[in-house]
Amino acid sequence: MSDTTTPSGGEDTTTRVVLAKLGLDGHDRGIKVVARMLRDAGMEVIYLGLRQTTDSIVAAVEQEDADAIGLSMHNAGHLTLGPAMLAALDAADLDVPLIIGGIVPAPDLPILTEAGVAAVLGPGASADEVVRTVRRVVHGE
Amino acid sequence: MSRPDLAAAELVERATNGDRRSVGRLLSLVERGGAGAEEIAELTHLESHSSHVIGITGAPGAGKSTMVAKLVAACTAAGQRPAVLAVDPSSPLTGGAILGDRVRMAEVDTTAFIRSVATRGHAGGLALAIPGGARVLAAAGFDPVIIETVGVGQVEVDVTAAADTTVVVVTPGMGDAVQANKAGLLEVADIFVVNKADRPGAGDARRDLELMLELSHVTGQEDESYRPPIVMVNSLDGDGIAEVYDLIHTHQDHLVTSGTLHDRRCRRTRFELASRAGLRFERVLTSALDTPAVAAVIDDVAAGRATPASGLAALTAALDAPL
Repeated sequence: MSDTTTPSGGEDTTTRVVLAKLGLDGHDRGIKVVARMLRDAGMEVIYLGLRQTTDSIVAAVEQEDADAIGLSMHNAGHLTLGPAMLAALDAADLDVPLIIGGIVPAPDLPILTEAGVAAVLGPGASADEVVRTVRRVVHGE
Repeated sequence: MSRPDLAAAELVERATNGDRRSVGRLLSLVERGGAGAEEIAELTHLESHSSHVIGITGAPGAGKSTMVAKLVAACTAAGQRPAVLAVDPSSPLTGGAILGDRVRMAEVDTTAFIRSVATRGHAGGLALAIPGGARVLAAAGFDPVIIETVGVGQVEVDVTAAADTTVVVVTPGMGDAVQANKAGLLEVADIFVVNKADRPGAGDARRDLELMLELSHVTGQEDESYRPPIVMVNSLDGDGIAEVYDLIHTHQDHLVTSGTLHDRRCRRTRFELASRAGLRFERVLTSALDTPAVAAVIDDVAAGRATPASGLAALTAALDAPL
């Protein structure tokens, strides 16, 4: 199950995903597991680590030419930080899909998707589900 | 990215005018390889000569990324515009990678440009796209361009062919004087950093390196006009970083005054041409291995019905046949 495709010209179009913890939230076990899932699916994961800001994530997405962004949230900040991240991407004119993973109560899901979050992954999401979600938001598959 | 793909020339134009997204996009195209990468090399090569290229290498966990972060801060404070290509390994099984160097570089000013690069199957401590990537960054006005290798062992010395100045990072407890005298990594340093110098054994590490350099002097291997300095560094609190920064400039001056800069860049060109041609040979070799005749002999050799020599003869014949 590799995401690395090598068309006839020897071209390498590997999917690149930026993963980060935004704001004050030290729960990074889940995002490290997700990083490993995406790695094992053949993707390149740029892990930024803890205590990132919307600015540092925008800078990383620009520099890394990322195909998607995954934010992990376990501090109930998703309704504030999710839209803040979208606004920062918008201000930078970056059209890169944002996936939020972590603890998001069901009533909040439509609020996030309406705001423009491409997908939300909850606890217990399988590796297959995580990988398929990233592929779907990147390639529209 | 879903935005419309711009032509390479337009991207280079924007990159040289300071558009960072275009720099990011160009680096992806260089990594992708093929005709696009060739075109970008054509567009950026002549503009890329004034930037100093610094290679940082050492064992996994030696503290390379942490030191690079501090070095970038020193460059920025001195009014330079540094960029970093931070290389981490791709999985040989899936092609995927976790690129984690930015975790150590979180405090770096967002004006510095950092790009994480996966090796994508390339051995030697770097990725195939490194020379082209460094060229894009230099053409975009970044100076210096810092290349951080994957964590290396003893023989992955590709970085010396990609960089003007090579800094080798070692840590206390890396081994005794015998390790220091083994061939490979330690022979290619222009500057030695003993990182984590607050730890026990740092003095021993320094002494072993000094002894090794003494012997290089005795055997005449050493460049008489330049002896690699050894710096004690604690990257976490920044001790010794200013000295590393100054020594990099001293070495840069030495390269210019001694005329070795041109020699090094000839070596770099040779290396790049060889790796690019090597990729073509590799593809030819792979298709020869896949021809029915060779596949049949491989089957026979593996089953004990034929000798390896007959396999090699069949492969050679397939390589000589017009493809």
